[in-house]
Amino acid sequence: MKESRGYKIFKVFNTILMIIVVLLTLYPFLYLVAQSFSSEAAIYSGKVTFFPVDFNIDTYKSIIRQGDFIGYYKNTILYAISGTIISLFGTAILAYPLSKPYLRLNKFFTPFVIFTMYFGGGLIPNFVLVNALGLRNTIWAMLIPGAISTYFVLLMKAFFANLPQELEEAAAIDGMGTFGIFTKIVLPLSKPIMSTMVLFYASGLWGNWFTPFIYFDKKELWPVALYLRQIIYGAQSTNELSAGFEETAGIAASVKSASMVLMALPIICVYPFIQKYFVQGMMLGSVKG
Amino acid sequence: MKGSKKKEQVQLLQGAKTPIMVHIKRYWKLYAFLIIPVVYYILFKYLPMAGNIIAFRKYRAGSNIFGDEWSGLKYFRQFMRDNTFWNAFRNTLTINFTYLLFRFPMTIIFALLLNEVKNVHWKKFVQTVSYLPHFISVVIVCGMVKELLSVNGPINGLIKSLGHEAIPFIQLPEWFLTIFVTSGIWQALGWGTILYLAAMSGINVELYDAAKVDGANRFRQVWHVTIPGILPTITTIMILDIGSIMGSGGVFEKIMMLYNPMTYETADVISTYVYRMGVGSGNYSYATAVGLFEGVIGLILVTSANIISRKLTKQSLW
Repeated sequence: MKESRGYKIFKVFNTILMIIVVLLTLYPFLYLVAQSFSSEAAIYSGKVTFFPVDFNIDTYKSIIRQGDFIGYYKNTILYAISGTIISLFGTAILAYPLSKPYLRLNKFFTPFVIFTMYFGGGLIPNFVLVNALGLRNTIWAMLIPGAISTYFVLLMKAFFANLPQELEEAAAIDGMGTFGIFTKIVLPLSKPIMSTMVLFYASGLWGNWFTPFIYFDKKELWPVALYLRQIIYGAQSTNELSAGFEETAGIAASVKSASMVLMALPIICVYPFIQKYFVQGMMLGSVKG
Repeated sequence: MKGSKKKEQVQLLQGAKTPIMVHIKRYWKLYAFLIIPVVYYILFKYLPMAGNIIAFRKYRAGSNIFGDEWSGLKYFRQFMRDNTFWNAFRNTLTINFTYLLFRFPMTIIFALLLNEVKNVHWKKFVQTVSYLPHFISVVIVCGMVKELLSVNGPINGLIKSLGHEAIPFIQLPEWFLTIFVTSGIWQALGWGTILYLAAMSGINVELYDAAKVDGANRFRQVWHVTIPGILPTITTIMILDIGSIMGSGGVFEKIMMLYNPMTYETADVISTYVYRMGVGSGNYSYATAVGLFEGVIGLILVTSANIISRKLTKQSLW
């Protein structure tokens, strides 16, 4: 098949454009990494642009030696793992029955679930409720109120609906119960959507700074995201100053960058391996939406 | 016995309804799956929705979550007279609308261009890289923005090398919109293409072949086959985006990290104002009234977009 000259020119232009997009996307990451390995003097005088200047790993050493950061990191891992398990469980057991068109009560349950996508309680009623339930300063404030995302329920529901129903019917005829079918037939077939959900929920929990910000008064409960928010943003009000945030003001740029790199690292490492699944998962989900 | 079962099957085939109790009894195990999620939805989605009642009732910290006594429209009248509220209202519309105006067409164009990349490995690589920012926490995104824009950062380095004075971007109200929209596009451009690419991969290849037979070149094929093929997706995303023009999803946390009292004039939005008034200063009922106002407008917007779309394009969310 021959290509017109116009199309050839377009292809060159398109390739250049794609290279620019890739470079612009990666540059901020590169810059953070460069800063984290540079000396504070070099950063301050604006010498760092692409690569580390006065290469050293002292920043990382000091962050890791200082016990607080490790503590925050452990909290983040705990919240991400336990939260993902809870969210995945809740999403799956809701999406599965909703994916069965022959369940007549779904005529009520489906709108019941979907409506919450368009109208929500809002910040203050949620805040008031979580405090009233006594979840403040407990790990549950982080894990439960936001556990199920309606959007993800709909994605998973579409995925389940697209699975070949014959397998489930055959298993039912063989005398397998509803629960057995779900755990032994449906879940093993759902790796793409489950991996997608793990990445979505885990990255959301990993980066969640706002929930701990409004509910956790004790620093022992802080995740890395909140610690980062404090060192990046600094204390804003006398209210926060009195709450023990003062030591976070005036932190070196190299420390900020290194902390950000350490926080982003697990997501960046895991992400390429899950990517092939979530493209599949999103595409299947989106067809039926 | 046998006869009744047969009758039942015939009924099922005809789509006639078995009595509801029989239906529930047959599928009770599947319905049982719903118990925990439904309790969760009632407790953490519908109860807070009902909790909006404190916009009309006086709530004091520690009292009943539905407030103590009726206050009527007092809090609504209060914020309607409040200049800070109207400033936040204007900014909400300006920021969301500008963001949508740039992001929406850019995403479609990027998806179309990505679809023209024929080398599979290169295409995969570009996709992998461009989706990545979506998974990066807002904290890190805002940290990056602040580092890149700092007075000693690379952007000011470029400005200084051109012989100009360094610009303290984060402290200047006139820069906020640009910073917000640009960083937002960095975050969302790649991820936004995913649904369009899914729609494109679903277009029947025969349509392209037919277009080729008719002598259409690649550009005309895109115009006459690809774009009509993704039109339903464009409509759906458009409705959702219009519904979020008043909303705070994704916007709120970013502004919480990027704004400061020096830039409130252009950066304060309704959700950040609700946060400061409610969680910050403890004016719960007042803040709930403002939040409810925002939520209701959002609901009206998405509903109207849906109705208009159903009338014009026969495409709708529900």
